[in-house]
Amino acid sequence: MAASDNPFYTALTLILGMDSNLIDIVALSLQVSLSAVLIASALALPVGAALALWRFPGRNGMIVVLNALMGLPPVVAGLCVYLMLSRAGPLGSLGLLFTPSAMVVAQVILVFPIIAALTRQQVEALHHEYDEQLRSLGLTPLRMMPTLLWDARFGLLTVVLAGFGRASAEVGAVMIVGGNIDGVTRVMTTSIVLETSKGDLPLALGLGIILLALVTLINALAHAVSEAAKRRLG
Amino acid sequence: MNKTTTLITASVCTTALAWSASLLADDDFITLASTTSTENSGLFDAIIPTFTEATGIDVRVVAVGTGQAFEIGRRGDADSLLVHDTAGEEQFVAEGYATERLDVMYNDFVIVGPSDDPAGISDSESVADAFARIAESESPFASRGDDSGTNRAELRLWEDAGVTPQGEWYRELGSGMGPTLNTAAGMDAYTFTDRATWVAFDNPQNLTLLFEGDEALFNQYGSLLLSEERHPHLKHDLAAQWHQWLVSEEGQQAIADFKVDGQQLFFPNAE
Amino acid sequence: MNAPLTSSSLTPLADVPALHFQQASFTHRGHALLVPTTLTLSGCQRTLIMGPNGAGKSLFMRLAHGLLSPSSGQVRWEGKPPVQAMVFQRPVLLRRSVIDNLRYALAVKDVPRPKRQALALQALEKFGLAALAKRPARVLSGGEQQRLTLARAWLLNPAVLFLDEPTSALDPAAIKAVEDAVNEFHQGGTRIVMTTHDLHQAKRLADDVLFMYGGQVLEHTPAERFFDAPTSSQARAFIRGELVW
Repeated sequence: MAASDNPFYTALTLILGMDSNLIDIVALSLQVSLSAVLIASALALPVGAALALWRFPGRNGMIVVLNALMGLPPVVAGLCVYLMLSRAGPLGSLGLLFTPSAMVVAQVILVFPIIAALTRQQVEALHHEYDEQLRSLGLTPLRMMPTLLWDARFGLLTVVLAGFGRASAEVGAVMIVGGNIDGVTRVMTTSIVLETSKGDLPLALGLGIILLALVTLINALAHAVSEAAKRRLG
Repeated sequence: MNKTTTLITASVCTTALAWSASLLADDDFITLASTTSTENSGLFDAIIPTFTEATGIDVRVVAVGTGQAFEIGRRGDADSLLVHDTAGEEQFVAEGYATERLDVMYNDFVIVGPSDDPAGISDSESVADAFARIAESESPFASRGDDSGTNRAELRLWEDAGVTPQGEWYRELGSGMGPTLNTAAGMDAYTFTDRATWVAFDNPQNLTLLFEGDEALFNQYGSLLLSEERHPHLKHDLAAQWHQWLVSEEGQQAIADFKVDGQQLFFPNAE
Repeated sequence: MNAPLTSSSLTPLADVPALHFQQASFTHRGHALLVPTTLTLSGCQRTLIMGPNGAGKSLFMRLAHGLLSPSSGQVRWEGKPPVQAMVFQRPVLLRRSVIDNLRYALAVKDVPRPKRQALALQALEKFGLAALAKRPARVLSGGEQQRLTLARAWLLNPAVLFLDEPTSALDPAAIKAVEDAVNEFHQGGTRIVMTTHDLHQAKRLADDVLFMYGGQVLEHTPAERFFDAPTSSQARAFIRGELVW
């Protein structure tokens, strides 16, 4: 990929030129991060809600750990997943290392604590408000879970977007478990690292601009959907 | 959740799974652990298509530091290795992780630095002399400091020059070649690099090539055929084809044909 | 209110079982918020609980409804605990439409899905909210929201309806609407247990009065007797309109 000196110009030419390499990289980035966020949400929303609704020994410890893990360095997560998926490691026979699946796994680990911790916070606030009335109606905590999660849906959308932001922005994890293999596991962030290390800074920055534009677009879409839903339903 | 949301979520998940499945479906490939300097030069983009056309085997390159490449090899996470640390490679064979090591190609290292050359190395007679002048003048020097092939070569040359590099002027970055060059350019420092990365590097700023040509700067690349005994699950047949191809006439020619800005960066020297 | 209560829409209520407080008390962090109390609520009465702020009225209600357990003693229904509902001072509604809030309550009661829409509409009609069915519940006025919570309670067909200061935040017209609804529940055979600090409301609604002060039930007497001749000095002061702590 040739480059001029102006990153905005570079970004624009890349987009307009529909560079097939770029399209593959963008598609893979979206695929990995969106899959990771979906899987992490499916796991973390119920876990976060459960933490909000039940008291049990060790609950406070779990909350602290989850909150702390929101700051888990991506490269550490990547390293741990690498050691697990390496042939020399426990799950090596799955043959997942250096594939997009490994990247999804690593990003799920990164995104899960964010969604779980913030879901807990949102659901706990709602639970506070609703608890007596819901118990009066005869609901057990278990049955309250889907109700509270749905009622918190607008706040939770922001939480999921935060998770997506984290996934699409990180490079440490996907670099180690994916290997940045051209055409196979190369995503936007690892491309940026590669081009930087080659000294092609305008191209690296241009890719960065494209990545930001993409993430902004997704956020704008989500916002529009939620605003429309709010208008319809309050 | 209403029907529309369910539909959208289901579609996204299915598409994602289908995509991932399609990526894993292609079975005829090997994973090659090599170094960032080789990858960054663009060599693989040039020679791998030729190999794939001839054999139908794709080569997926994981480019890391030499130390990490060996570790990947030891763990059985790659089918083949191509690095530039002959001593390390021979030890790898001795330890039983590989059954064979072959010379493939060489290039050379050079010293780049600020264009005004404060240490005056451009007229040095030998690399040892050049290093000595840098140390004496305490001119800023950016070292990779990452246990890579390049780094090990650099440290051997300091030893030969009779200098223990330490002090504020000697900066160990723990980085790959590209980032090290970026930092050196930013610091206006001398640094030790392989020619291929330097030629392909796009952000030299005030740096220029100041010293080259000494025999001691010879940088040999070797291909390792990994041991079937150690890691039976690897794709040994396919990896063997790659290994043989590199030293074959076609492979060697493909390497020689690779040029950047009219310069040949790697010189085939298989026996 | 509109359509009269039809017997086909409600299962006729059996006699409401009595509720016994047996030396029931409630302590929190060493403070006795309710001293050991023994009394019985029986029959299909409208019991109004009165007293100054902090007397323990809300606490008493929550113990009666089962939202809290007593620290000592017992709160016990005679026979099987009946279906109960509670309406709070600030209406708690889900972020859904008005009618969906009602359908939700029916779903909780495991009413078969096909029946929910019709029943919900019936409840909306009854409480004058039919025009607002699709509106987001949270944009309704305070009075409308409280009528909605009453509609929701009505769908449960409760034997006992607890109301915790349901009208303290409402304007006179809304207050009347709520009081009419309460009376309709009562006429349908539901026991009413309600707290209020509005003397006139109590006079309008009460069959009997529970007067509380400082975590203690000082009086439990039929309404007329209470308003004409309360036995405790605090109650007398309260009725005279003097602030009593």
